[in-house]
Amino acid sequence: MIVPLSHVLAVAALLFAVGGVMAAARRSILLILIGVEFMLAAAGLAFAGAGLAWNNLDGQAAVIIIMGLASAEAGLGLALLVHGRRGGGTDRADSYDRLGEES
Amino acid sequence: MTPLGALFYLFAALGLGAAVLTATRRNPVHAVCCAVAVFLSVGAMLAVLGAPLPSVLTVVVYAGAIMVLFLFVIMLLGLPAGDGTLPPGRFLVPATLAAATLVALFALIGADPTAKTLLPAAMAGPAAVGTILFDKYWLAVEAVSILLFAALAAVMLLGRGKTGRKIAAGGRAA
Repeated sequence: MIVPLSHVLAVAALLFAVGGVMAAARRSILLILIGVEFMLAAAGLAFAGAGLAWNNLDGQAAVIIIMGLASAEAGLGLALLVHGRRGGGTDRADSYDRLGEES
Repeated sequence: MTPLGALFYLFAALGLGAAVLTATRRNPVHAVCCAVAVFLSVGAMLAVLGAPLPSVLTVVVYAGAIMVLFLFVIMLLGLPAGDGTLPPGRFLVPATLAAATLVALFALIGADPTAKTLLPAAMAGPAAVGTILFDKYWLAVEAVSILLFAALAAVMLLGRGKTGRKIAAGGRAA
């Protein structure tokens, strides 16, 4: 016997909240992306705990699908950061307001 | 408390502490190193919850591949490295909103009477997870593969610089 489901969900909610605060409070694109990764990881943790509580494997399958989603998101976000930085921008989120202008 | 439960609480405390450190570091390299600790803790918690395949994948994909990619981009771009922590005033509004959300979430979690019972210790092997993934969720797997391919194409389009664009244009002209 291990922990109750409510404690797993509480840990997932706390990690999700920390990721959300990080994504909202930081200015750097890089740290906003890490905050979103935290939120996705917290969702995966909740899925795994629920899968154990209801004794089926759908939760674990969802964790793997979320992981693929997070990989695509991180790769594309970092490529956007490199592209914007090459065009003379910064890594601040405030400076990304020139969508479509060819630099 | 059983040893598995103690391990879960230990890694939960470690992961949440490292997450708070990640959110407050000014130096991006320090933040990414703390994020690696968070993902290692999440992988350990998944292992305790009886999910060895997602646990190993979390360590390999998140803590290994994605975080190394973040470090690589920091070094590639030479991002400015501040030191110390951020001013706490910047976290005021998001932290207030998050606290309100957490109060609501904890009320919801606490209202469920079945959530108090201890979870049984169980383990699902990789073969069983793979079978259900490719049997019941094959459409989602295909959707994720298309998503990854689209991301790859977009990254290649964004990543080539001016010289790459010129070479491509010259190739078309010739």
